[in-house]
Amino acid sequence: MISLAGRDILHSWGKFIFTGIGLGLLIGVTLTMAGVYRGMVDDGKVLLDNSGADIWVVQQATLGPYAEPSSLPDDVWRSIRTMPGVAEAANITYLIMQVEKGAEDVRAMVVGITAGGPTTVGWPPFLVAGRHITRSHYEAVADVASGFQLGDTLTIRRNQYTVVGLTRRMVSASGDPMIFIPLKDAQEAQFLKDNDAILMQRRRTEDNPAFNRPGVPGLLDAVLASQASNPSVNAILVRIKPEFTAQEVAEPIRRWQRFTVYDREQMEDILVGKMIATSAKQISMFLAILAIVCAAIVAFIIYTLTMDKIREIAVLKLLGTRNRTIVGMILQQSLVLGLIGFVVGKITATFAAPLFPKYVLLVTTDSLIGFFSVQLLCVLASIVAIRMALKVDPAEVIS
Amino acid sequence: MKLPLMQRRTLSLLAVISLLLALFFYVVWRTGPMAQIAVTATTVESRSIAPALAGVGTVQARYTYKIGPTYPGRLQQLHAEVGDTVEAGQVLGEMDAVDLNDKIQAQQAAIRHAEAVMRQAQATQAFAKAQMTRYETLQRDNNASEESVAVKQQDFAVAKSTLEAANESVNRLDAELKALRAQSGNLQLIAPVAGLVVARHIDPGTTVLAGQAVVEIIDPTSLWVNARFDQVSAYGLQADLPVQIVLRSQQASHLAGRVLRVEPLADAVTEETLTKIVFDSVVSPLPPLGELAEVTVQLESLPATASIPNAAIRLVKGQRGVWKIIDERPVFTPITLGRSDLDGYVQVIDGLAVGDTVVLYNDKALTAKSRLRISKRLAGVSQ
Repeated sequence: MISLAGRDILHSWGKFIFTGIGLGLLIGVTLTMAGVYRGMVDDGKVLLDNSGADIWVVQQATLGPYAEPSSLPDDVWRSIRTMPGVAEAANITYLIMQVEKGAEDVRAMVVGITAGGPTTVGWPPFLVAGRHITRSHYEAVADVASGFQLGDTLTIRRNQYTVVGLTRRMVSASGDPMIFIPLKDAQEAQFLKDNDAILMQRRRTEDNPAFNRPGVPGLLDAVLASQASNPSVNAILVRIKPEFTAQEVAEPIRRWQRFTVYDREQMEDILVGKMIATSAKQISMFLAILAIVCAAIVAFIIYTLTMDKIREIAVLKLLGTRNRTIVGMILQQSLVLGLIGFVVGKITATFAAPLFPKYVLLVTTDSLIGFFSVQLLCVLASIVAIRMALKVDPAEVIS
Repeated sequence: MKLPLMQRRTLSLLAVISLLLALFFYVVWRTGPMAQIAVTATTVESRSIAPALAGVGTVQARYTYKIGPTYPGRLQQLHAEVGDTVEAGQVLGEMDAVDLNDKIQAQQAAIRHAEAVMRQAQATQAFAKAQMTRYETLQRDNNASEESVAVKQQDFAVAKSTLEAANESVNRLDAELKALRAQSGNLQLIAPVAGLVVARHIDPGTTVLAGQAVVEIIDPTSLWVNARFDQVSAYGLQADLPVQIVLRSQQASHLAGRVLRVEPLADAVTEETLTKIVFDSVVSPLPPLGELAEVTVQLESLPATASIPNAAIRLVKGQRGVWKIIDERPVFTPITLGRSDLDGYVQVIDGLAVGDTVVLYNDKALTAKSRLRISKRLAGVSQ
C-alpha cells in the first residue's frame, strides 16, 4: 500500500523534484559558504601544521612571523638550540611577494628553509611530485596552487630557481601558495635591495664625508660591505623533546634570551583570532544571513505546496479522512523535500568546492548540522501549513 | 506494451531518486572522513649513490698586486690603464719628487761641512798628540811637572774622541744621503710581475698615503673560484676532487676544475665551509672578477645499497621514517639514513629492505588509519 504522501508526490513528481533541486541549490550555497569559512580557518591551521614547529621564537614584543613582521639575527638559533628541551631549532624567513612565472606573476609566500634535508623543521612535510631541495641554492619546491610544474623556472628578485618538487595545501594564512627556497637565497630575496637602490645607496655613502675620508682608504669599502649584508631571519622554529611541554621550553627562552615565544595554541589564536578575524566574521555574517534566507524560502515553499493542494485537502476532509492522515501527508512531504534538498545541496557543494580559487573545506559536522536544521525547519514550516489545512472548510469544495 | 501512467511515473521518480542517492554516496565516499587518500608508491631499490656537493662562489684572482708608493706624496704621472697587459719590471707611473732633490743637495752640503769639521778635529788631535809626547820626554828629564803631563794626556784623549765623533757624523750623513737617493729611486711605480691591470684607483695630481694602492695588477692565469658550501652538506669535500663550474654569464657551458684546497678556517657567521677551486684550463674570455659561479663537486660513487627518494621521508612524532605499505595499509617505519645525492636519492642504512614498498607522494597527511588509493601519479600534477 502506498501512502497518501507518496501518491501525492507521484501525482506531480516533476514539480516536486524540481522544487527539491531548487531548494538543494540554496542549501548547497549555504554549505559552500560554511566551507569557505572553514577553509579560511584551515588555511591558518595547515600553515602551523606544515611548519612542523612546536614553538615559535620571534622578535621581542611582536606577533610574528605570520601576523606581524619580525626580525632576528640569524645566529640566534644556536643559543636557542642549547636551551633545555629543544630538540631542533631552525631559522625561517617568510615573504609574501609576486613571483614571476613567464610573462605573468603569481602571488606566493616565499619560505626560506634552512639547509638540512627532509624532516628538518620548516621543510614541507610531504610532496605530491618531484623531490625535496638538495642543492643549497637556486632550487625551489612550489605548491601546485601556484600553477608551477616540475622543471619550471621561476624568478625571485634577480635569481632564477628550478622547481624540483610540488606540494599540496602548503599555503599562507591568507591562502597564498608557498614556494620553498633555500634560506640563504631567501634572505637575499628578502633583504637585498634592487640594483638601482644599491647603486643609489653607494653613491650616497660615497658622498658622505664621514664615510669617505681621504686619510682612511679602506673605510668606504667597509661601510659599503656592511650595508649589503643581511644577517636576519623572521623567526626560529623550534621542535621540542617529547618529555617537555611547550611552556617548559618557552619560559626560559622568554626569560633569558629576551625573545617572544609562542606555542601552538597561542599561534592559532593569533592566526585565527587576530589575523583572519575580520574576514572570518564577514563570512560568518554572510553565512548567517544566507541561513536565514534559506530558512525563509524553505518555509515559503512548503507553505505554497500545501496551499496548492488546499482544494484536494478539502475533498479529503469531505470524504471523512482523519486529521492525522492529512497532517502525516503534509509532514512526510516536507521531510522528503528537505531530504532531497539536502542531498542535492551536499552534492552541489562538494562538486563546486574545488572550483573556488581559495580552499573550501566541507566538514562532516557542518553537513550533519545542516541536515538536521533543514529537517527541523521543514517540520516547523509544515506546522503553519498544517494549521491552514486543518482549518479549511470542506464546504468550500462544493461551493 | 504501454505501462500505466502511474507506474511510469513511479519508475521515473525512482530513477531520479536513485541517481541522486548514487551521487550522494559517491560524494560521501570520496570526500568524507571515510575517503581514501591518493598516494603513489615506490619500491626500495638497491642503487649506487654518487654524492655531489653544490655550492656557489665568486671568481677571484689568486694573486693581486696592489702597487703604490712607500712614502706619502703626490702622484706625478701614471701610464697604466685598466685592461692593459704589463710586463714584469715595467714602469707604471711616477711620484712627484716635490723637495726631495733639494733635500739631497742639503744633505751633500751637510756632508761637506761634516768633513771640514773632521779635518779640524784631525789637526787638533795631531797637535795634542805631539804636545803629549813632548811633555812626556820633558818629564823623564824632570823638566816638567807630573800635572802638566796629565793635562796634555787629557787634551789628547779629548781630541781623539772629537775626531771619532766627527768621523761618525760623516758616516751618518752619508747614510742619510743614501736613504734619500733610495727614496728618489722608489718614486717609480714598477710592476713586480707580468699581468693585467684591473684597477686604477688614483689619478695624477692626487696625494697618496704610504701603502695606498695606486693600481692593481692580477695574474690572469691564476683565476680561481672562492666557493662556499653549506656546512650541513660539505661532508667529503677535499682537495683534488673534480668540479663542474657554471659561470652566471655562461650558463650553457660547463667548465671543468678541481678543488685546490678546503680552507682550514670556515666562515662562522654564514656557517659555510670555504674552498678554493681552480680551473683546469685558462678561461677565455676572462670572466670578470667577482662573477658568481655555481660549482658542483662530484664525489666517488658509493657501493649499491638500499636507497629511497628523499620525498618518501616523513616525520611522525619526532621520528624520521617512511610509510611502508603492507596489505594496502600504511605502517610507519622509522629508518636511519645515510648519504644522499643531488638527484634526491638517500641511502637507507637501517629499517628497510630492498623490495619494500613505501609511500612516495600523498595528497593529504597520512595516519596509520588512513585508507590508501595507490595510483600512478596524483591529480593536478603533470609528468
